[in-house]
Amino acid sequence: MRKLNGIRLKHRKNTENSQTVEMPLPSKVRIPMSMHMGAPCQPLVKAGDMVTVGQKIGETDVPFSVPVHSGVSGKVTAVTDYRTAMGAVCKAVEIETDGLQTVSEEVKQPAVTDKESFIKAVRESGSCGLGGAGFPTHIKLNPKQQIDTLIINAAECEPYITADYREMIECPDDIIGGINLVKSMLGIKMAKLAIEANKPEAIKNFTEMAKNDDTIDIVTLPSSYPQGAEKVIIYNSTGRIVKEGELPADQGVIVINISTVGFLYRYFQTGMPLVTRRLTVDGNAVGEPKNVRVVIGTSFREVMEFCKTDMESVKKLIGGGPMMGMSIPDVDMPVVKTSNALLAIKTYDERKTSACIRCGRCVRVCPMGLMPADIDRAYKIKNIEELKTLKVMLCMNCGSCTYVCPANRKLAETNQLAKALIPRK
Amino acid sequence: MNKLIVSPSPHDENYVKTTTIMLNVIIALLPALGVGIFMFGWRALTLTAVCIASCMIFEYGSRRLMKKTNTITDLSAVVTGIILAMNLPVTLPYWMAVIGCFVAIVIVKQLFGGLGQNFANPAITARIVLMVSFPGAMTNWIKAQDYDYDAVSSATPLVLESKGGDVPSYLDLFLGNTGGCLGETCALALLIGGLYLAARKIISLAAPVSFIGALALLTAISGGDPLYHILAGGVFLGAFFMATDYATTPITTKGKIVFGLGCGIITFVIRHFGSYPEGVSFSILLMNVLTPYIEQLTRTKVFGAKEAEKNEG
Repeated sequence: MRKLNGIRLKHRKNTENSQTVEMPLPSKVRIPMSMHMGAPCQPLVKAGDMVTVGQKIGETDVPFSVPVHSGVSGKVTAVTDYRTAMGAVCKAVEIETDGLQTVSEEVKQPAVTDKESFIKAVRESGSCGLGGAGFPTHIKLNPKQQIDTLIINAAECEPYITADYREMIECPDDIIGGINLVKSMLGIKMAKLAIEANKPEAIKNFTEMAKNDDTIDIVTLPSSYPQGAEKVIIYNSTGRIVKEGELPADQGVIVINISTVGFLYRYFQTGMPLVTRRLTVDGNAVGEPKNVRVVIGTSFREVMEFCKTDMESVKKLIGGGPMMGMSIPDVDMPVVKTSNALLAIKTYDERKTSACIRCGRCVRVCPMGLMPADIDRAYKIKNIEELKTLKVMLCMNCGSCTYVCPANRKLAETNQLAKALIPRK
Repeated sequence: MNKLIVSPSPHDENYVKTTTIMLNVIIALLPALGVGIFMFGWRALTLTAVCIASCMIFEYGSRRLMKKTNTITDLSAVVTGIILAMNLPVTLPYWMAVIGCFVAIVIVKQLFGGLGQNFANPAITARIVLMVSFPGAMTNWIKAQDYDYDAVSSATPLVLESKGGDVPSYLDLFLGNTGGCLGETCALALLIGGLYLAARKIISLAAPVSFIGALALLTAISGGDPLYHILAGGVFLGAFFMATDYATTPITTKGKIVFGLGCGIITFVIRHFGSYPEGVSFSILLMNVLTPYIEQLTRTKVFGAKEAEKNEG
């Protein structure tokens, strides 16, 4: 089997052995109504309302979206406009916590009888992909196509991040339970738990746990970036190629993040929707890098202070990993459902770009087999036909080309700009 | 707290920079240059120094004149200077070498946009320009380890072979103990440099291997001596340091193989059928010109791409 290209990165998994720490309850939270792909929710509460833990505070009629719940009990102080890290504007609910953490009456174990009620309950949980992209889980688990394989994405191929790894070490039973739940509800025969080779302990544990179950297959992925990219993980664990314009379901596959699976299991046990999450806090400005469990809506500032960050020195904040994570413009923005890591960096220099020397490194490393150097040139002269021929739409923005470029050319960024030039059908 | 820097991902970068690459190429050229100095004396060093200095001055001056950002620190001009010097006979007057540097840096490189934009290899083109302009001075060889720059000219191994002279042994060819350009004679030193670059993943061996392989094969088929033909002349210098130039050769491995094969074939044709004993420079220059077409035909296969829809109209 032809292996897909990838790059070797320093893993920097400094926090892999740190037990997840519960963060103390913040005095207030700000919960955005858009934390996932799809339509933003409308707030169900207004200033002055009292809310409880697990209470639904945002909902929408649009199917491609998920509701939002409160992770604290307390009083709504304001509903404000909020600009997300993606640049979109939505509402955000600000809540002053009362410290009691009274659990809402809405929180009860969902009654599930068939696939339909299961999918409905998944939507009610507020679940979206916890690996970073935030695709609504109930849409992902409900494709029209026949699915024969469920791939659990436990690659966690980005440097620094260990949030998924800690889920694997701390909650292995939830993960196996979640896999079996999804498999049985969707009638999927085979599950493949794909873990990157740099997590030997997790591979060992799960191989042991699944040794008597021939419907769960543990796949060891090579230790190269980006193993966790959907098309790459599908190819490397099943050999199937998701072609241009296809969805994984067209190849009979669903890929779901490992922390999402663990969350689903716990939700179907307790009925507590997605209101907290584990996130890795690291970077060279952080005094005590660790994994923390945080109420969604807690400000990054509080998380950083909790991890003894040298706030004065921070030059750059990254939500997610260094390869695909997003720059956070404001330290007071809140932790959202998709925040798997927070990196506070104090040594960031603006890079000077120089001329392309045509060394071909970008071509060698592209997992999709694209030619970023050629795309860069075609983009410069706005040659849309050429950009189509070069298949720029297949770029998944993994950033490998920019990473290796000796001339510091921002190739991945150019690819995204080039995509915007191509008219959508 | 500082204002936070906001920029698109990725937020991390590799430490290999253009200057690092050029520095590695310079390191890789040093063994062959050292042998050149040993075989042909100190003038080999001063000639190289003149080439490096004039290349850097021309690079700086032309960027300045064109009001473009200065690129002197990327060391690419130094590389061009060394490679050009290695392509010259040690007896060449300095002023002729300076003309070569002018052609390489100003005409071939900067007028086409500078580093990465030139379509032809600067050092090769400069060598060819000097060769047709000053045929006498460019073929004025001295004997290796003779150090007598006024001596009656000796001949290169390929000339000796074509004229039926007393040819040097394989060992002399391998160690560079023959007449020739000051950096091209020692196959061993060039091989060490080439393998160093390959080990550092600066160059791919696709082009050198297919170049040397095609030349050896065709020479053998035509009844010639393949080992003699790959060790003599500028084959190793051309294959490892000029047929691997980033700007003027194809990017993909498939393209590099086509490029190398083309160089091998053209070198053979010139040496075998032409009246001219050496063919490496012309073969590389001709393949440089073909590079854009080779690139078009040897693009990568995009993962999961559907066949291109038929072009309407």
